[in-house]
Amino acid sequence: MINPRTLRHIISGPGLVGLVSLLAGAVLLWVAGASPIEGYVNIIKGALGSTGKFFFVVRTWVPLAICACGLIYPFRAGLLNIGVEGQMIWGAVCCTVVLRWAIVWGSPALTVMLAFAAAAAGGALWAMLAGILKIKGGVNEIFGGLGLTFVAQGVVLWLIFGPWKRPGVATMSGTEIFSPDLWLPTVLSGRISPAAILLTVMLFALTVLLLTRTNLGLYFQAVRSSQRAAFVLGLNPSGYFLLALAISGGCAGLAGAVLVAGVYHCLIPSISGNYGYLALLVVMLADHRIGAAAVVAFLFAGLNVGGVQLPLVMHLDSSLSGILQGALVLTALAVYGRRRKRRGPEWTV
Amino acid sequence: MDGMTVTLFFSAVVFSATPILLAVIGETLSEKSGFINLSLDGTILFSAMGAFAVAVQTDSLLAGFIAGALIGAGVAAVAAVFSLYLNVSQIATGFVLSLMTRDMAYFLGAPFSGITGPRVSHLAIPGLSGLPLIGPVLFDQNPVVYLSLSMAITVWWLISRTPFGLNLRATGEHPEAAFARGLNPTPIRLVCAAGGGLLAGLGGGAYSLCVKAGWGHPQGAEGVGWIVLALVIFGRWGVIRAAMGAYFFAFLQVGGVYLQTQVPRIPAQVFQVAPFPLMIFTLLLMNLSPGKGVRTPLEAGHRRGRGEGMPAALGRSWPGGR
Repeated sequence: MINPRTLRHIISGPGLVGLVSLLAGAVLLWVAGASPIEGYVNIIKGALGSTGKFFFVVRTWVPLAICACGLIYPFRAGLLNIGVEGQMIWGAVCCTVVLRWAIVWGSPALTVMLAFAAAAAGGALWAMLAGILKIKGGVNEIFGGLGLTFVAQGVVLWLIFGPWKRPGVATMSGTEIFSPDLWLPTVLSGRISPAAILLTVMLFALTVLLLTRTNLGLYFQAVRSSQRAAFVLGLNPSGYFLLALAISGGCAGLAGAVLVAGVYHCLIPSISGNYGYLALLVVMLADHRIGAAAVVAFLFAGLNVGGVQLPLVMHLDSSLSGILQGALVLTALAVYGRRRKRRGPEWTV
Repeated sequence: MDGMTVTLFFSAVVFSATPILLAVIGETLSEKSGFINLSLDGTILFSAMGAFAVAVQTDSLLAGFIAGALIGAGVAAVAAVFSLYLNVSQIATGFVLSLMTRDMAYFLGAPFSGITGPRVSHLAIPGLSGLPLIGPVLFDQNPVVYLSLSMAITVWWLISRTPFGLNLRATGEHPEAAFARGLNPTPIRLVCAAGGGLLAGLGGGAYSLCVKAGWGHPQGAEGVGWIVLALVIFGRWGVIRAAMGAYFFAFLQVGGVYLQTQVPRIPAQVFQVAPFPLMIFTLLLMNLSPGKGVRTPLEAGHRRGRGEGMPAALGRSWPGGR
C-alpha cells in the first residue's frame, strides 16, 4: 500500500511532469493535423517494437549517457558546460588521428585503447580551454563553450574536405572507413558493443564513487554553494572549475570515440549528432542526480529512436521527440522551481 | 575591389545584418533589465517559421511580421515567467526553450518547407539614396533595414533618456534597491523581456521574409541566436556598440562569401562557420586587452565600465516576484 503522502509527491512531481509533456506533444500533433494517439503509439513501437529496435535504443543511450555522466561534474560545481558538442568532436578527431596512424603501432587492441585515451585527453583539454577562457579571460563559459564548438566544427569540416578526404573526392559521408580490426568489437550483428556499454557503466560507477564517497564531491558542492566561502576555507574555486570541466570534457571525448570506433567507423561532419545538447537536457531533467541521469538518458534515447517513425509512417518531421524532451525538462524545471520557492526565497543563477 | 564592388559589398553587409541587429537591440533591452533570454537561437527560427507561414497563408507581409514578433514576445514571456514567478534559473529555462522552439519550428514548419512566399521588396528613399557611397549602402534598401536602424535609435533613447529607461536600468543593477524605492522589478523585467523577444521575433521574420527568404530545414539562421547573445557582451550592454557588433558580424559573413570565391582551395563549409569563432575570439581579445583582464574568478562578470557594462543583477532571479 502506497503512503498517501508519497503518492501525492509522485503525482505532483514526476506524474505532473510526464502528463504536461504528453499533453504538449498531443497538442502539437493535433496542430500538425495528426492523431496524437497514433503519434505516441508509433514512437513507442519505433523504440521498443522489436529486439533490434531496443538494441538500437541501447546503442543511442551509450554516448548520451556518457556525456550526461560527465556533465554531472560541472553542474555539481555550479557550471554549465555548454560546449559538450565541441568536446565530443575534438575527442572524435583525436581518436581518428590515432586510428589513422594505427599501422605504425601494430597491435589493433592497443591502438583502440590509445585512441580512446587520446579522445578523453582531447575532450578534456578542449573543455579546459573554455574554463581558462572563463577564469583568465572573463569569457562566460556559455560563449566560450559555444565558440569552441564552432571552432571544432570548422576543424572537422576542414579535415574531412581537406587532408583526410576520401581518395578521389571529399564528401559529407566522412573520411575513409577504418580497417575492421580497429572497430570496437560488437555482438548481435553489429548492433551492440559490450565494451562501450561496460565503459558507460564503469563511468557511472566511478562518478557515484567520486561524488558520494570522496571529498571531491563535497568540494564541488562547496564551490557551487559559495565561491567566496570555499575560497576562505582554503579551496581553490578556479581549480575545481577546471577539474569539473576537464572530467566532463574527457567523458564527452570518450563519447566521440565511441561514435567513431563503435558506430560510424570513420569521422563524419556531424559526428556529435546533438548528443551534447541532449545530454544537458538529460542532466537538467534528472536534477543533477546520477542514477536518474542514466534512466532519463535511456528515455531520451528511446524518444529519439522512436521519433524516426514519425516521418516514415506519418510523414511528420521527427523533431516531435525533441519537443517532447523539451516539454519534459521545462515542466520539471517548473516543478522543481516551485518546490524550491516553497522552501523559501533563494537567489538562483 | 573597385568602387562599385565596395558599394555592393557594404550594401550586402547592411542588408544581411538586419535580423541580427533587431535581435541584438531586443536582447540588450532585456539584459539591461537583468533578464537574460538564452532562448534566442530557437526563438529566431520559430519566429522565422511563424512569420513565413502566416505570410503565406494570408498573403500579407505585415501579418507575417506581426506573427513573428508575437511568437518572439511569447517565448520570451514564457522564459521570464519561469524565472520571475517560479524562481527557475534563467540560463536553464532559456537553454531548454532554445532547443524546444527550434524543434517546434521544424515540426510545425514542415508543410511550408521549400515553397515560395511573399518577400519584402526594395524601397529606395528619394533624395537620400542618391548620396555618394552612404546613399546606396543605407538608403537604397528595403523597409525592414530602415526599421532596424530606427529601432536602434529608439531603444537607445528609451534606455538612456527616459524615466522608463532609468527604472529598467535600476532593476537590472539592483532590484532590491529599486524595490525599496517603490518600483516592482517583476513587471518591469517581464515587459523588457517580452519587448526584447518581440524585436528578436521581428528579426526572425526578417530572415524568412527578407534576407534568407523562405523556410526549410535547415533555414540558414541556425546558430545566430548564440551570436546575438555574444554581440550584446561585445557591445558591453550598449545599444549602439552592440549594433556596431552586428554590422561587424555581418561584415565577417559577407567577407566569407567573398573570400570563398577568391580562395577556392579552402572548403566553403569552413567559410560558413568561420564568422562564429572569429566573433568569439574578438570577444576574447576585448576581454584580454590591457587593464581589462579578470584577476580572480570571484571578480568575473563584475567589472564595471564608465556608466555602461554588465548589469550587476543580470541572470539573477528576483525572489520578491510573486
